[in-house]
Amino acid sequence: MPEGLIKKQHQKKAVQQTKRPKFLNLIEIRLPLPGIVSILHRVSGAGLFLMLPLLIYLFANSLAGAEGMANVRALTDCVLVKLLLLGLLWAYLHHFCAGIRFLLLDVHVGLDLPAARAGAWAVLGVSLLLTLLIGVKVW
Amino acid sequence: MGRAGGQFVADVADWGEGMVKPRIVVGAHYGLMDWLLQRITAVVMAIYTLIFAFAVLGLKEVNQATWQALFSGGFMKFATFLFALSLFYHAWVGIRDIYMDYIKPVAIRLVLHSVTALLLIGYAGWVAQVLWRL
Repeated sequence: MPEGLIKKQHQKKAVQQTKRPKFLNLIEIRLPLPGIVSILHRVSGAGLFLMLPLLIYLFANSLAGAEGMANVRALTDCVLVKLLLLGLLWAYLHHFCAGIRFLLLDVHVGLDLPAARAGAWAVLGVSLLLTLLIGVKVW
Repeated sequence: MGRAGGQFVADVADWGEGMVKPRIVVGAHYGLMDWLLQRITAVVMAIYTLIFAFAVLGLKEVNQATWQALFSGGFMKFATFLFALSLFYHAWVGIRDIYMDYIKPVAIRLVLHSVTALLLIGYAGWVAQVLWRL
């Protein structure tokens, strides 16, 4: 290819790049599945962090004799608290499963698109299934 | 790598007006250390999660006495404390990443960093007290 033509193509490419559409309507853009798993990893981690005082409080009271156990019962008798704990159980399990997936990606397992998608599906499915199983058992 | 002005910088053929200054690539490596520790603590927590799950499944009945006995054992006490410390360090790295992504004003970020670090140190003391009271 003559040099002039190459230069022209480069310029054309540069123009195209600057004219790329920027579309950041958060309601309309669709995150790919691995992206959903990734943002849920962050959301679940943040949720768990924010609820640490509640979790440690429950853990402390569950090991503080009859009186402590009564405190735990009183708190967890409330349906809203139960739902919150169910949510946190999902958050833990999702964070756990997604974390294992990220560790595998770190060592280059499941990097190609089909494997990454399958892994993301597995993370979503397994964490929801385990939440359901443990949730029903403990509720 | 090239040496410039007494500091190692990433090799860049030419940097002039308007170009990004090459990043200094030596230092204390806090970032790498945190990245690594986030993963190491994750593995510790994952292993503990499995140990805990099997320990609870192994209980004939989950009641106050068996629950308390579970955490009274020396191994479980130690492992649980290790899990808690791993969790708090892991949370520190993760939450700090979130602040760095979304909180741009330095003053607010500093306050959030400080509050988060102090909270996590406090939690560690709380968990230690809960476990070694048993």
